[in-house]
Amino acid sequence: MTDLTELTVADALSKLKEKEISPVELTQAYIQKLDNNKKYNAFVTLVAEQALKNAYIAEQNYLNKVNRPLEGIPVGIKDLFCTKGIKTTACSHILDGFIPQYESTVTQNLLDDGALFLGKLNMDEFAMGGSNETSYYGPVVNPWSKDKPLVAGGSSGGSAAAVAAKMCAAATASDTGGSIREPAAFCGVTGIKPTYGRCSRYGIIAFASSLDQAGPICKDVTDCAILLNSMAGYDPKDSTSSKRDVPDFSSFIGQDIKGLKIGIPEEYRPEGLNPEVASCWDKAIQILKECGAEIVHINLPHTKYALPTYYVIAPAEASSNLARYDGIRYGLRVEGNNLDNLYINTRTAGFGAEVKRRILIGTYVLSAGYYDAYYLKAQKVRRLIKNDFDNAFQNCDVILTPTSPVEPFAIGDTKMLENPINMYLNDVFTVSVNLAGLPAMSLPIGLSQNGLPLGMQLIGRAFDEGTIFKTAYQLERGANFVRI
Amino acid sequence: MAVDNETVKKIALLAKLRVDNEKLDDTKSEFNKILNWVEELGEVNTDNIEPLSSVNDEALTLRKDIVTAGHISLDILKNAPEQEFGYFVVPKVVE
Amino acid sequence: MSEYIIETEKGKWEIVCGLEIHCQIISKSKIFSGAPAEFGDDANENVSFVDAAMPGMLPTLNEECVHQAIKTGLGLNAVINKYSVFSRKNYFYADSPQGYQITQFEYPIVGEGKITIDLSDGTSKDIRIERLHIEQDAAKSIHDLNPTKSFIDFNRCGVGLMEIVTKPDFRSPEEVGAFLRKLRSILRYLGTCDGNMDEGSMRCDASISVRPLGSSELRQRAEVKNVNSVKFAMQAIESEAHRQVDIYESGGTILQQTCRFDPSTGGTKFLRFKEFSDDYRYFPEPDLPPLILSDELINKIKDELIELPDAKKSRFVNDLGLTPYDASVICENKEVADFFEKVACGRDAKKVANWLMGDFFAMLKKRNLDISQSPVSPENLGKLVDLISHEVISGKIAKDVFEIMAETSENPEKIVEEKGLKQVTDTSAIEAIIDAVIASNPDNVASYRAGKVNLLGWFVGQVIKQSQGKANPALVNKLLKEKL
Repeated sequence: MTDLTELTVADALSKLKEKEISPVELTQAYIQKLDNNKKYNAFVTLVAEQALKNAYIAEQNYLNKVNRPLEGIPVGIKDLFCTKGIKTTACSHILDGFIPQYESTVTQNLLDDGALFLGKLNMDEFAMGGSNETSYYGPVVNPWSKDKPLVAGGSSGGSAAAVAAKMCAAATASDTGGSIREPAAFCGVTGIKPTYGRCSRYGIIAFASSLDQAGPICKDVTDCAILLNSMAGYDPKDSTSSKRDVPDFSSFIGQDIKGLKIGIPEEYRPEGLNPEVASCWDKAIQILKECGAEIVHINLPHTKYALPTYYVIAPAEASSNLARYDGIRYGLRVEGNNLDNLYINTRTAGFGAEVKRRILIGTYVLSAGYYDAYYLKAQKVRRLIKNDFDNAFQNCDVILTPTSPVEPFAIGDTKMLENPINMYLNDVFTVSVNLAGLPAMSLPIGLSQNGLPLGMQLIGRAFDEGTIFKTAYQLERGANFVRI
Repeated sequence: MAVDNETVKKIALLAKLRVDNEKLDDTKSEFNKILNWVEELGEVNTDNIEPLSSVNDEALTLRKDIVTAGHISLDILKNAPEQEFGYFVVPKVVE
Repeated sequence: MSEYIIETEKGKWEIVCGLEIHCQIISKSKIFSGAPAEFGDDANENVSFVDAAMPGMLPTLNEECVHQAIKTGLGLNAVINKYSVFSRKNYFYADSPQGYQITQFEYPIVGEGKITIDLSDGTSKDIRIERLHIEQDAAKSIHDLNPTKSFIDFNRCGVGLMEIVTKPDFRSPEEVGAFLRKLRSILRYLGTCDGNMDEGSMRCDASISVRPLGSSELRQRAEVKNVNSVKFAMQAIESEAHRQVDIYESGGTILQQTCRFDPSTGGTKFLRFKEFSDDYRYFPEPDLPPLILSDELINKIKDELIELPDAKKSRFVNDLGLTPYDASVICENKEVADFFEKVACGRDAKKVANWLMGDFFAMLKKRNLDISQSPVSPENLGKLVDLISHEVISGKIAKDVFEIMAETSENPEKIVEEKGLKQVTDTSAIEAIIDAVIASNPDNVASYRAGKVNLLGWFVGQVIKQSQGKANPALVNKLLKEKL
């Protein structure tokens, strides 16, 4: 084996068990890659030494046959997850130098299963953005970039790019409106946002609490199942985490999908849909048909309203969640002659433009006199969007849509910068799922004429990630996408 | 419902953010673009529709009344920009 | 009911007042975290990462706080809402680390109820309760350690609070005082709050307005914040009402404002007008699903509820023959009521009540003792009452015996025996004294016999005095009449 970073998690685990490779070798290979690929700006904090130390422990565990499910697998952690003793900033200036004294439940689960952390991954500031350009630490560069640097997508741009460029075996990510799926699609990797409540939110820096959900970004579908097995589970520290049993997601890998009903929503093929995206979608439909699945046309009539709904609810919750960043207990403080000025100085200097924009919108839609017209209205439409899915799932088992209406665009794209709504529109296929709390995966299917990856999204019923996994695995096999 | 500069200032004040005067017009027009856009929601008939604030359908679980935390003041104060005698320190607050 | 009217040269005014009372819930841990709900420890010792609003931290609801709220609701004869919702109240302040308070807004855990208060003129009045909701307490700031800085301690932050809101039913300071005492009594009976206003575990805000007598309008009100004793609450209402009357009568208007009571002047002090920053942007707390209570739980708590002051009072009135006033005084404090019941068992309850409310309370007050520290046990007080009832000693001697009991905690039977205080009921002994008194006061005898019969009392006094108080007064009376 020449390059150990080419291995999927599944392959690496079996070679580790067979002692064909050692955790130290594997970790060293990734550290080497990290070094070579700094240009992508995927990591914002590295803990390579600590990773190597843990790799030695993992090696002992293999020798002593007390190896755990992810023993010695080097992973990257989105900077949104609080990691004990490791700087965590959500890529915001306002959390300068913050070192949590506690571990998020999801990362604790990974540690308990023997995974090693290589470092913290770049992201849009507080997960607010679709291109990783709002990060205080600068944009992530998409490893598929050719002549000019392209965005990696967001907000989990660092997670997707790092997995694509093999700087880590897998990565944690989070998804509030598409933040796992869109960067996964842009970087030609696979990511799943599980059902709301599947993974604990404890220790994950909150953006919009009723929408946020953690999930993995991996090289392929099988790895996503392995990682999610470790990350998911009920947590008494998160009152919104689900007590439902977590099945072994790996058990769905390889199951056949004969007779499975695949829903194709008409509303996701608007006039003017990028023809390359449309043909990629057709290709995916064809693959599933060939696997024996049945194609069903469905309707999700309120799709059009998902984005405006999202851009009321998410900023509203964010405006409240981000009130705790006030310069008193942690992070940046910019002094003022009184408490109010300290707050204003700190927050004005500490938050970036997009975050401030959303805080202002969120504050406005909750304020006296506007609550009913905006926030309450959005919550009602949110129910209609959820009802749409409930109805659709009467007639199908899983829904197939494109992940994004566009291919990766250039960093600093003027169209995106001139109007924030243009950027928001990139989430058009992903936000409904968060509003309805459903699980959804993005996986790469093909390339555009520009040679850039295009992803497809599979949406499942609540707590039915299993059907997504078995469908995605068959789709992945049929698509035969070649990672970089 | 278009907002004016005065409203932008007030909202910023509520959110403890400063919008500089020279940026006020830009912020306002951006604000109005977004509001106009989300006002599309007005087209949707939501009569008799219950608002949905969370998709969670499981009952709230209550925690037993047991002391499980505390006595970690060093950890609590670890990241404080300013602290003294075990307290967080802020500019004088006058009531 | 006695009317409380503010009468000036220009007219008659009445007070309209409602209260909001914050009561700290008795529980071991805080309402949304596992930190101890205790005071007196070093700064920031009883603080968890949740209380300090560290990034990614989430609230978990304490079962005991819910039970205490239900119990209190039942004690207020109120509706328990099986469905309630937590909301965020957003505001920035040094004592609010999250930037919001988790409280209940639209859907409180307890709905409408009432408390009956007893007034000094013997009437009673119902004060309607609008709601009770549960929420988290704020931190404490210390302002006197440094001339330019404030110090913040989060120990109190997150302790459970019940906020009890009344309807604007109060028409006099006396009613407010009676209500606060009654509420405190109920809370202490239930063990849900210790009710110590001076320590801040029960805090009262009053909304006060005035209107011309006979009018039913509701005028602009002023809110007086954080009054820390029953007496101050009564003073605050009185002085604020007079202030408003003065303003109206001099042609002014009242603006919605917040004041503070200043005990040094006995008046209210202006703090601030209602501002734009009071826009709290309430919205449902996305970190906590709705709270659903079962009938089973509510009934269980109902079944376990102890007898409350009102029930006890009516039992004392109906079964034991106490006057409503005596019964309400005795029932205000559960320990007093329990003490009374022990003494009254098998005895004349009215006599016991007279003793308890007379000499016994005076003794405790003089010695500055709580009833639990009383040197006179219920058994010994009972024996003393028996000694009087059985005419072993006179009421006058009994007072002396009681003094000795208070000093020595001695059994009254023993005291009477040892000191030879038994009442003289031997007719011949008394006759001898009567004869001597008649013999030495011929003038008075003559006057009496001439028709000045009210001199009998004087003769009785003389005889008892000469017997050193031991002569049975009834017997003396009878014999004197015969002899004279």
